[in-house]
Amino acid sequence: MVTLTLDRVSVALGRRQVVRDISATFAAGTLVGIVGPNGAGKSTLARAMLALVPREGDIAIDGDDVARLPRAALARRIAYLPQGQTLHWPLTVARLIGLGRLPHLGPMSKIGAADDIAIERAMARADVLDLRDRDATELSGGERARVLLARALAVEAPVLIADEPLASLDPGHQIDVMELLHAEAEAGGLVIAVLHDLTMAARYCDRLLLVDAGRLVADGAPAAVLTKDNLRAVYGIDAEVDLGGKWPTITTLGRIRA
Amino acid sequence: MTGRRNLLLLTLVALTFATAIGSLLLGPVDLPLAGIAAALGGHGDKVTDIILFDLRLPRTLLAIIVGAMLGLAGAALQGYLRNPLAEPSVLGTSNAAALGAVAAIYFGLAELHPLVLPILSITTACLSLGLLFALAGRSESPLTLILAGIAVATLAGAGISLSLNLSPNPFAAMEIMTWLMGSLENRSFGHVWIALPCVAAGMALLLWNGRALDALTLGEDGAQALGVDLRRTRLRLLFGTAIGVGGAVAVAGSIGFVGLIVPHLLRPFTDRSPSAILLPSAIGGAALLLLADLAVRVIATSSELKLGVVTAFLGVPVFLLHLMRERRLW
Repeated sequence: MVTLTLDRVSVALGRRQVVRDISATFAAGTLVGIVGPNGAGKSTLARAMLALVPREGDIAIDGDDVARLPRAALARRIAYLPQGQTLHWPLTVARLIGLGRLPHLGPMSKIGAADDIAIERAMARADVLDLRDRDATELSGGERARVLLARALAVEAPVLIADEPLASLDPGHQIDVMELLHAEAEAGGLVIAVLHDLTMAARYCDRLLLVDAGRLVADGAPAAVLTKDNLRAVYGIDAEVDLGGKWPTITTLGRIRA
Repeated sequence: MTGRRNLLLLTLVALTFATAIGSLLLGPVDLPLAGIAAALGGHGDKVTDIILFDLRLPRTLLAIIVGAMLGLAGAALQGYLRNPLAEPSVLGTSNAAALGAVAAIYFGLAELHPLVLPILSITTACLSLGLLFALAGRSESPLTLILAGIAVATLAGAGISLSLNLSPNPFAAMEIMTWLMGSLENRSFGHVWIALPCVAAGMALLLWNGRALDALTLGEDGAQALGVDLRRTRLRLLFGTAIGVGGAVAVAGSIGFVGLIVPHLLRPFTDRSPSAILLPSAIGGAALLLLADLAVRVIATSSELKLGVVTAFLGVPVFLLHLMRERRLW
């Protein structure tokens, strides 16, 4: 069972301190949401977990420092879906999703039967089987988001970090993706998703981290994190919060001007 | 896909082979196929032997070696920089190698020994790499590398202009100009032995990058998250280009556009992933340069056409095609 540990993590991009002193431990079988306003440092925190930015403090996966693991070894343990990814070449959907198998290939080996199975499985789960031969740069926003998610799933890593997986998805596909991520966690994976839709976050995540100005403001079950006071303090919004019933809802009432 | 890829490779190999035979046969004196076969078998007549082994064979081999290197370097750089208009000259390597050669001519060193020019040329290509690293720093962004490359290319270009400007007599200037236009005329096996190890090392380094280039389709973060070590990828790419292209320019002069044209022509026949275009571009580059070199010999002009001139003319339609596609005219 995989464990990801953050111990007093800070990240500076140039002179700007983007993440400040965040500690948390994530266990397998959890869908963790990272929420917070634009520029709060959510994506940078996610990138730090993949050793894509230099950081202070410790980030370890099962006790191994992520920055010291060879890139390919880390890639087999943490799959990553970056935010708003650009595709630089017009690959077919199948070829693009196949890139997810790169961490598993030896220097000279080619995609084998086991890889093909993983690719098929990822395509089936993200519901993109019928897009297989399409040019990935010519898909609609929603199709593209699902294809990129399938690419991340094809890695079949125990940890999946998804940065804004719901961006540009219609409500139906948002539910599909959240259910997929939830199922992934239920099956024993650790899924960490940067999210903006608080209702979706409350509905599907087991645990939420609320981040503001690089600091961890709250960490816990959605009901404990998404309180009226927290939303007011962090987002500057007045909101009606009802997380007790079967369908958690957060309704934004208005902006609070200081 | 594998079947289609094999068909493409086979077609390109056949084309290269056919043009190579053509390159041995055609020239100011056309040799018969039987005569060549006899000479290769070791019992040809003296004239055929001289034409074949001293002139045509080294020229043909150099066209293959240089063309393959330029084609591959173009494909690898386009993949790495994620820009379909990239080619070896964007890193400044070609200009730097040319500067070394021009210096050898300018200072009269080239007359000391036929190997001085190519060796100096490779040396400056490698020096330019050091400068490129110093300028680009540790940044992994393609834009930084392109800017650093332009700076290196401009500096080397200025050096070339300076030597033309200050050249002691019109003959030296003429010699420099002629060399800059690129040619495979009057090359010997000595040149083959200089270019071959450089190109072999360069090609190996570039071909090694295939998988990393594919991963870069997803951008730098995406590639690293797929296990690609970007620092090593860049090292291999820059060394491969500098050594290989440096070696190619050292023996053939500046021959532009091969690295641009070939990947463009072949990309539609592949699955469009950067790795799939590497090997075909190498073989295609060889075929294209063989063809261009044949054209140079066959097209009757008062003084022999230069290779670089022919490839530059071939480059124009590729830019036009790209332009038309961007404007959605085609």
